[in-house]
Amino acid sequence: MGKVVPITGNYAVAYAAKMARVQVVAAYPITPQTSIVEKLAEFIESGELDAVMIRVESEHSALAATFGAALAGARAFTATSSHGLLYMHEWVHWTSRARVPVVMAIVTRTIGTPWNIWPDHGDFMDQRDTGWILGFGMDNQEVFDLTVQAFKISEDPRVYLPVMIGLEGFILGHTTMPVELPDQKELDDWLGPRRQGYVIDGREPLAIGNLAWPEDTEEMFMDIQKAMEEAKQVIKEVDESYGKLTGRRYGGLIQCVGCSNAKYIAIAMGAWAGDLIEAVQKLRDEGYPVGVARIRFVRPFPTEDLWKIINGVKGVIVFDRAISFGAWGQIYTDLVAGLAQYTRNLPVISDIVAGIGGVNVTHTDFYKLVKNFVDIVEKGEQPPVFTWYHKR
Amino acid sequence: MAQTRPKPPLPYRMRDIVLPGDAACPGCPIPMAWKVLAAVFREKMILVIPACCSSVVVGAYPGNSIKASVVHVAFASAAAVASGIAEALKKRGVNDVQVIAWAGDGGTADIGMASLSGAAERNHDMIYIMYDNEAYMNTGIQRSSSTPFGAWTTTTPIIGKTEHKKDVARIMIAHGVPYVATASIAYPHDFYAKLQKARRIRGFKFIHLHAPCPTGWRFDPKYTVEVAKLAVETGLWILYEYYDGKIRLSGPSRPYMDPAKRKPIEEYLKLQGRFKKITPEKIEEIKKYTEMYWDWIKRYM
Repeated sequence: MGKVVPITGNYAVAYAAKMARVQVVAAYPITPQTSIVEKLAEFIESGELDAVMIRVESEHSALAATFGAALAGARAFTATSSHGLLYMHEWVHWTSRARVPVVMAIVTRTIGTPWNIWPDHGDFMDQRDTGWILGFGMDNQEVFDLTVQAFKISEDPRVYLPVMIGLEGFILGHTTMPVELPDQKELDDWLGPRRQGYVIDGREPLAIGNLAWPEDTEEMFMDIQKAMEEAKQVIKEVDESYGKLTGRRYGGLIQCVGCSNAKYIAIAMGAWAGDLIEAVQKLRDEGYPVGVARIRFVRPFPTEDLWKIINGVKGVIVFDRAISFGAWGQIYTDLVAGLAQYTRNLPVISDIVAGIGGVNVTHTDFYKLVKNFVDIVEKGEQPPVFTWYHKR
Repeated sequence: MAQTRPKPPLPYRMRDIVLPGDAACPGCPIPMAWKVLAAVFREKMILVIPACCSSVVVGAYPGNSIKASVVHVAFASAAAVASGIAEALKKRGVNDVQVIAWAGDGGTADIGMASLSGAAERNHDMIYIMYDNEAYMNTGIQRSSSTPFGAWTTTTPIIGKTEHKKDVARIMIAHGVPYVATASIAYPHDFYAKLQKARRIRGFKFIHLHAPCPTGWRFDPKYTVEVAKLAVETGLWILYEYYDGKIRLSGPSRPYMDPAKRKPIEEYLKLQGRFKKITPEKIEEIKKYTEMYWDWIKRYM
C-alpha cells in the first residue's frame, strides 16, 4: 500500500515525476512553478531519482531539450507557468505535431501585463489549439494522480501525444495537503517501460520533420485529431486501471457530483470546483436540484460525457476562469459548440467569467451565483448569457 | 604557395550517405560539407537542423537526401534540442552516434544565440556546426549579424551592411568550451581533421564553417570553392583551432600570417555581386578589420 505525505501541489507534481522514473528533466524557474524544479533537482542530486537535469537558459529551450530527450528515447518531463508557457509556445506545437510523448505540468498564473503572480486559467486555456492533451487537477492528490497518469496516457500507442497537467499556482501549488503516494513497485508495474512511436538514437537512419507537401501535412494533422478521439477512451481506461491500483477513480474526462437527478448543472475546472461542490451541496440540502460536472480534461473536450449529463436538464451554468477577449469563457464556447451537434433545443446556458487575475472566488460566491441562476430560470426568465462576475 | 601537394581523397564513397536528389541550388556548399561529415561519421550521426537552407536542401517528405538521422527543429533551438538528445543518449548508454547541431548563421549568431550559449555553458556532448553563408539565404538574402561589412543584401539594399561580422567563434571561446575551430568548405581535409579531433573530445565543440552561397553572394555557381579559397588566401577568413587555452593556426592559413603573402582583398570582393557597389573607403575599412582579426589571433597563439 501507499503512504500518505503532507505535500504542496508543486511537490505532488515533483513526486509524481520521480515515481514515474523520468530520465531527463529540463526546466527553467518561474513563479509559481519554481518549487517543482527545485524539488526535482534535490531528488536528482541526492540520488533519489536516477535522472539528468538540464538547467536550461529559457523555457523555449526547456521544452526543446525535453523534446530532444524524449525523441532520443528517454522519459522526459518539464514544468512551467504563464509567461514561461507563452515563451515556449512554438515548442508546444512542435512537440505534439512530432507525436512525441512528453509530460509537462502547468502551474497556472495570470498572463501580464500588468505583472501578476496570482492564478487564473488564461495561460492554460491558451493551449487548447496545440494538440496537447490538457488535464487539470482539483486538489493535490488529483494533481499527483493525474501527473503519473499523464505518462501512461501520453505513451499509449493509440495516443502518442504530449500531455499538460494544470494546477493553480499557490491555491494548490503552494498549499500543503495530504497526498497518498502509491507503492513504487506497484506503480512501476502499472506504468510499464517508456513507449513512443519512434526513437532517434542512431540505430537506424530516421528523419523527422522534413518539409512536407500540403496533403501529407494535412494527413498528419488529421491523425492527431483521430488520436485525440482515441484518447477519450484511453483516459477512461487509465482512470479505471489506476483506480484498481489505488482505489481512486475520478470518472475520466469529467467528474460528476450529484448529476444523476439534477435539473441544473454547474460546470467548473480546477481547485475552485471544490468550492463550487461545497456550495452546490448546500443548495441541494435546501432543495435545489443542482449537480456539478467538473472538467478534468479540456482536450480532448468531453462533449459526449457532458451531453449525457446535460440532456434533459433545464439550465447549465459554466464558470470560466479565463476569457477569450471579444468572445466568452473557453469552456462555455466549447460546450455550446459541442452540444449543438446533439440538439437544436439547448437548455438555458449561462457563462460566468470570474476569478480573473487571481481574484478570490469562494463557496459563498458560488452559492449566490448558482442560486440566482436557478431562481431566474425557475421564474421562466432568461438569465444573461454572459456575466463577468467581479467584486471588490 | 601553400596547398600544392595533392591530398588523398577522403574516405567517402560518393552517393553513399549524402544521396542525390537534394533540393540545393547549383553550387551550394551545404551538400559539400555534408559529404565531409559523412566521411567522418557515416550514418552514425544525428543532425539537428533548425530553420535554414538545410531544412529545404535535405529534401521533402517522404524523401531524405541524407542516409543518417535528421531532426528538424524550430528556429531558435538547435542547441537546446541537441542538448536533450545528447543527455538522453548518455542516460540510455548509447555512445556510438554523434549528435551534431547543424545551423546557419541566422540560427546561430542571431535567433539561436541564447540556446547556443546555454548549451555551450552547460558543456553538453555535441558538435555544433555553424555553416556560415553570411545572410538569411533561405528567406531570400536578408542581412544577419554574420553578414560582412559592406555587403549588399535585400535588407541592406542600397548602402550595404554598416556593421562588421559578428565573430561567433570568439564568443564560443569566451564560453570556455573544450574545442572551437573555424573551417572552410574549400579545405575538406582540414574540415575532416577538425571533425575527427572534435569527435574524440567530450563536451561542447563548435566549428564555424565558412560556406559561400552563389545565390546570395551573387557569383557564378562554379566558383563556390574558388570564393571560399580566396577568403582564406586574402586572410579574410582565418582557419584555426582553439583548445587547451591556445589558438593553433591551421595549415591552409599559416602562410597568411605574413600580410605580404596574402592575395589582395579586392580579388575576393570582385568575384561577388554583393560587393559590386563597395567604395574604396569601405574596402579600407575591411582591410583594417582584417588586420585587427589577425592581431587577435596572434595574441592567443
